[in-house]
Amino acid sequence: MKSSVDLGMQFTELARQREADRLGMVIFLGTEVMLFGGLFAAIFALRVLHPQDYLAAAGQLHLWLGALNTCILLTSSLAVAIAVEAARHERGRLAVAGLLAAALLGIVFLGIKGFEYLSEYREGLMPLAGVAHHFEAPPQQLFMNLYFAATGLHALHLLIGIATVSVVAALAARDVASPETIENAGLYWHLVDIVWVFLYPSLYLMRG
Amino acid sequence: MPIARLVTIWAILLFIFAISVGVTFLPLGSVRSAISLTIAAIKAALIAWFFMRMRAESGLVRLAAAAALFMLLIAFLLTGSDYLTRGAG
Repeated sequence: MKSSVDLGMQFTELARQREADRLGMVIFLGTEVMLFGGLFAAIFALRVLHPQDYLAAAGQLHLWLGALNTCILLTSSLAVAIAVEAARHERGRLAVAGLLAAALLGIVFLGIKGFEYLSEYREGLMPLAGVAHHFEAPPQQLFMNLYFAATGLHALHLLIGIATVSVVAALAARDVASPETIENAGLYWHLVDIVWVFLYPSLYLMRG
Repeated sequence: MPIARLVTIWAILLFIFAISVGVTFLPLGSVRSAISLTIAAIKAALIAWFFMRMRAESGLVRLAAAAALFMLLIAFLLTGSDYLTRGAG
């Protein structure tokens, strides 16, 4: 575990450099919140404008697979939090194990999500050109549009998170990752988890 | 932050998540959505405070995070003031 960090020449104290690192990450996460916030606003607008169609369309999603995925992501956040704690106490191997566990759980999440998408494709719920689909009303197709856009964007962010966490795990295994780096990677992962924490009830639990 | 406490927070997260899923099956009508989203907000707060260690950050960092949430709230309020007052479906 790399316990000493090089002081950049623009900083006079290590504490200031750490705070600047953390502030930069939090501001970036703020932009991510804005990104997903826009999608949530669209979801809630649809909910307000077409409540019955929204409930009907949402009822066709796989509630239990989504619930399993939520538990998987919450557990992965625990793994990352343990990894960060371990890194702060010089327990390098536990940190690497935590990061790898999180990445693995993330891959499982993507697998289940892919299975859900496949099911929706087979059930004729995927509004894609050239793919057979049938919806009872246009707002229901709009719901599925939003579902794929929102969960697809989330899955992309999760993939980036898996790659980031894996790279940081590899660096940590070679003793070249500082606790700050591991913690910043962890912050991104927790945000991806928080986005799903709101996505799941908005899309899956608002059913008749 | 001892690892045992992190595991406790995780257990609480799973428990209240189970409640939000269970509530969906009760005949409560539209109040279920409010309950699920409130529980989601509590989960997000727990993750931010304990897992993301916001409790240990400096005031500047926490202010930045709060500012992002505040701007999101403004965006929702402005958008909502349109859709919620349109009257016709």
